[in-house]
Amino acid sequence: MNLTLRIWRQSGPDSAGRMTEYDVRDISPEMSFLEMLDTLNEELILRGEEPVAFDHDCREGICGACGMVINGEAHGPERTTTCQLHMRHFDDGDTIDIEPWRASAFPVVKDLVVDRTAFDRIIGSGGYITAPTGSAPEAHATPVPKPAADTAFEHAECIGCGACVAACPNGSAMLFTSAKVVHLNSLPQGAPERESRVLDMVGQMDDEGFGGCTNTGECATACPKGIPLFSITKMNREFVRAARKA
Amino acid sequence: MAYRVHTVVPMAVDTRTDRRPSSYAGILWHSTVGKKTAMAVSGIVMLLYLVAHMLGNLKIFFGAAEFDGYAHWLRTIGEPFLHHEWFLWIARVVLLAAVVVHAVAAYQLSRRDIAARPQKYVHKKPRASYATRTMRWGGIILGLFIVWHILDLTTLTVNPRAEAGHPYANVVATFSTWYGNVIYIVAMLALGLHIRHGFWSAAQTLGANRPGRDRTLKAIANLLALVLTLGFIAVPVSVMTGVVS
Repeated sequence: MNLTLRIWRQSGPDSAGRMTEYDVRDISPEMSFLEMLDTLNEELILRGEEPVAFDHDCREGICGACGMVINGEAHGPERTTTCQLHMRHFDDGDTIDIEPWRASAFPVVKDLVVDRTAFDRIIGSGGYITAPTGSAPEAHATPVPKPAADTAFEHAECIGCGACVAACPNGSAMLFTSAKVVHLNSLPQGAPERESRVLDMVGQMDDEGFGGCTNTGECATACPKGIPLFSITKMNREFVRAARKA
Repeated sequence: MAYRVHTVVPMAVDTRTDRRPSSYAGILWHSTVGKKTAMAVSGIVMLLYLVAHMLGNLKIFFGAAEFDGYAHWLRTIGEPFLHHEWFLWIARVVLLAAVVVHAVAAYQLSRRDIAARPQKYVHKKPRASYATRTMRWGGIILGLFIVWHILDLTTLTVNPRAEAGHPYANVVATFSTWYGNVIYIVAMLALGLHIRHGFWSAAQTLGANRPGRDRTLKAIANLLALVLTLGFIAVPVSVMTGVVS
């Protein structure tokens, strides 16, 4: 496959960026999207040019490091992470636009790399349970009802990639935050901090400059882990309940 | 399902209690989620009013006497417990509060939303439904419409006939002008779209939606939008076609 790529190039956080066109040749349909970019970068390095910077780590779709907006869609046309997107979903001769996540809370570091530490601060504000570490607790000490375990598990699948923020027209982190809140608030282990968790995490989310939810549903459509839009509904319910109790 | 633990940036795990507003209303108003709650509640108040308003409007099909009599009755609701027109004024205050809360929250949230996505994507893809995308513009159109509508049929300031106590004649006069019909019908179409997304969205925001209820809520939203739009538009269409004159 021969492709034309139009990639956002930006040398640093404060420099102006622009879309730059590159041609890549002999791309195999079995390659992942990131391998295709590796091919481009090898060529750029040989030509003495600056390779395209992008985040990646496990390349197995479970770490949440990679992510770019491909043809206007977070992680591209398939419901998966960019590393698990394969070139067979494109056609020979295609022009592909590649841009970084766009949100004021995710400033561009370089090219396609954005700073997602805002997510870490949201987690730090309440996305944990307070428990002594060092020794594993007895597994049957805290019974977890099966439906609660299923809900928690579904939401624990969030890998924090930021696709929800990138896809949302308001750059909102509601789906990410709600996945964490619902995950922990569904479990008995999360119960002692049930109210402070949702109030603090939503507060931190607002402080980071993420937008609000207008229920467009773009986040849940883009989410590679299938976190449902109802996650946000549930967090709204938890928030109002916590505000009443506070 | 394996999910890797993120490298946690060293940071103080500070509680936010010191920065958190202490009252229920304060917590709600100072967060995006709570402000949306205020929008949802005020929206539902206005929606309930609109259902009553639309049903009342349909009295125009039973003639001037019944329509004007209905308008007069509205001023006597609650008597003798309430003084003349008190119920009407209480309703007006509640509605004004709902409009103000809804509009201020919408303005503040929209500014925030726009600031959160300062740079647009170069590659645009068609997003969301038409009703969802037109919420902001639709809301502005509806706000302007309310001002005109009150000046036209409540204060009669801009009404072509302006005969106090004869709403039937005033309504017919408004819808005998081309601009009266255009303003009204455009606003009612905007209202339908606004309710279509707004009703379901309010259910989401208030946490009332569930996977098993989603389709029903969307169906109710569509039904409300359709019935209200058609019910309201029936009046100018009838005046235009001579059914009501």
